[in-house]
Amino acid sequence: MKKSKFFAIIGGLAIATLSIVLISADHIDAPAVAGTKADITDFYAFQGTNSSNFVFAANVQGLLAPGAPTDQATFDETILIEFNIDHNNDLKEDIVIQAIKRGDSMYFFGPSAPAFSGSEGTKSTISTSTPYSVKISTRDDVQITDKNGMKFFAGPREDPFFFDFNKYNEILAGTATGFDNPGDDTFAGKNVLSVVIELPKSMLPNAIAGVNPYAPNTPIYNVWVETKRKQ
Amino acid sequence: MKTFKYITLFAAISTSLLFVQCKDEDDNVIINATCNDGILNGEETGIDCGGTDCLPCGEVLDFSGTFIQEDQMGRPGINTVFGTTGFKDSFNVTVPSEMQAAFQSKFQTNLLALNPGYTTNALPNGGLDAATFTTVLSRDVLWLAQTGITTYFNGTEILTGRTLTDDVIDVSLLLIFGGPGGTDNPGLTSDGVPANDVAFSSTFPYMAGPF
Repeated sequence: MKKSKFFAIIGGLAIATLSIVLISADHIDAPAVAGTKADITDFYAFQGTNSSNFVFAANVQGLLAPGAPTDQATFDETILIEFNIDHNNDLKEDIVIQAIKRGDSMYFFGPSAPAFSGSEGTKSTISTSTPYSVKISTRDDVQITDKNGMKFFAGPREDPFFFDFNKYNEILAGTATGFDNPGDDTFAGKNVLSVVIELPKSMLPNAIAGVNPYAPNTPIYNVWVETKRKQ
Repeated sequence: MKTFKYITLFAAISTSLLFVQCKDEDDNVIINATCNDGILNGEETGIDCGGTDCLPCGEVLDFSGTFIQEDQMGRPGINTVFGTTGFKDSFNVTVPSEMQAAFQSKFQTNLLALNPGYTTNALPNGGLDAATFTTVLSRDVLWLAQTGITTYFNGTEILTGRTLTDDVIDVSLLLIFGGPGGTDNPGLTSDGVPANDVAFSSTFPYMAGPF
């Protein structure tokens, strides 16, 4: 019984291998964006050290080698990085924060209502509101803008993601039957390009409860990040 | 005459107060509201440029145009694990409100390909069956608690955000392979990498500096 279940799993994994290209968490997740400057590798949203604040972080362009010169890791002026916030659980963005590079700086717009939402949300125009900006950091020159209770950062960071991705692929390929303990962090020693924003929670409309069945009384936002290319 | 002069002086003082410079200590230019009013004012050396408030003249910033979605991410690894060739790209260019209709059944197929023995998982209240689990996951948004602890899973709180230290891979592996008690397929429910190779900071921007 146990054995047949085991073989069923391995069989299932082998089938999956034929069709799944795996690099996690979202690194190089799909053919069209893999290796482009629009490829999102990770997205984080959490309460700041100051519990009155939220932090939103998006990483793009994963698996940058140590010491990679910044010309190998530059933000693209045609790529808009957009943080989306839905406060009433209809899965449609009510508030966005937009980030795009111009010259040596990253410019930030919002939080503000997007021009397009819901089924039209694949499309964006940049807000006409006055932007904030931060000079894009390098490894040795870290720049942070702190203005009106908001903080902004853009530049290379150590990839915060950790996963024995190589072993996972071996399991899927049928050349390993399980993970090692301890495993080997495939993302150790690699860099990413990060955009990080901290802002007061009070800048957002209130969320609603009843969204997360494991925290039914807690007001919950739906949040996600998108990259969009200028047409 | 005298009154007029007085008024002019007052106006000049008032005007100068309006143009308090907006460059902060870190030398980050914060564009002043007067920098896009189409007139030469404040310390501008050209219309809406120059001076200490605005961007240098000659550096015209164009934020116009329409931008179209190429990638999307809410929860970690969703498209990577549950997407398969043929719809990974379309998943990335679908809005969350339309994801369930387009991808839930495909996700369910792939969940059962990964773990043909899947019944439910170790989430509270009996776990989620394959259809319910993939319904939640196919709507690729991250839940973020307005108040309190934000974590993917910390042993107590479940899916209230995602911090840098959260071991999202082990959470995902456990829910996919661990069965209702979290004890099935023990070799597949943890990758043996419980933390990042570098410590995170408690201050902005939180992530460690690059190698």
